[in-house]
Amino acid sequence: MFKILSALVAGVVFGVGLALSQMVNPNKVINFLDITGQWDPSLMFVLGGAVLTTTIAYRFIFSKDKPVFADDFQLPTLLKIDRQLLIGAVLFGAGWGVIGYCPGPVVASLGFGFEEPLIVVTSMLAGMLLCRAIIRR
Amino acid sequence: MMENFTPYLSLAGGALIGISASILMYLNGRIAGISGIVAGVFSASSITEKAWRLAFVIGLIIGGAIYMHFFPITIAPREFMSTELLIVGGLVIGFGTAMGSGCTSGHGICGISRFSLRSLVATATFLLSGIVTVYVFKQIIGS
Repeated sequence: MFKILSALVAGVVFGVGLALSQMVNPNKVINFLDITGQWDPSLMFVLGGAVLTTTIAYRFIFSKDKPVFADDFQLPTLLKIDRQLLIGAVLFGAGWGVIGYCPGPVVASLGFGFEEPLIVVTSMLAGMLLCRAIIRR
Repeated sequence: MMENFTPYLSLAGGALIGISASILMYLNGRIAGISGIVAGVFSASSITEKAWRLAFVIGLIIGGAIYMHFFPITIAPREFMSTELLIVGGLVIGFGTAMGSGCTSGHGICGISRFSLRSLVATATFLLSGIVTVYVFKQIIGS
């Protein structure tokens, strides 16, 4: 129960952060990626602020034996930089550049009640399922 | 040129995202990678594993709605984006993040904050891919 509640709280904070930072504005995202045009470097500050906060907090958190509501820290075990990682990142970046959404912002945007995020989230889920069906990881 | 540059707001939003990622790690011991969490709502091994992921996703949507409630003028639906393009874009993003096991949050924020080389390479790759895509797209559309 605590695990679910803490995930809910973390989700709300994440969603407000995405909206406040304007990551939910696809035009702003595209302008960020448009370095040869009207470049808007704002999103570098989002990434910078998030990485700085998380890096500092993680140092403190990982000095503990275990998380508060779980038995252990579950960190990714894959270390290899392989073809799947690179092709996946290239594809994701291409989709991101075309429509200006990445997974977090588009899900948080569902809270705005517009049609666009709903279309993207639905097709994104289909893409994830498709990948799972083709590649077993 | 840079009339839309919002460093302070972006920094504050970024800090909130970092705080969220820290809450999830400190309390539940989990990486705040949205693409993985979203996929896991359907594919996680047990009901409890699905439940916290669903709670996080619901929280994300509530977060968006809370912001919309207090600052409605800063959010507007976009014009001139075809439904076909949105569907193709969504499919590619879903496929790519599942294949590359992460997106902006999982690799870009949590991964880099753990000094993961794999995540750093992934982040550099999708940033570069996004930049090239926007450039190519602009040439095609001719804006």
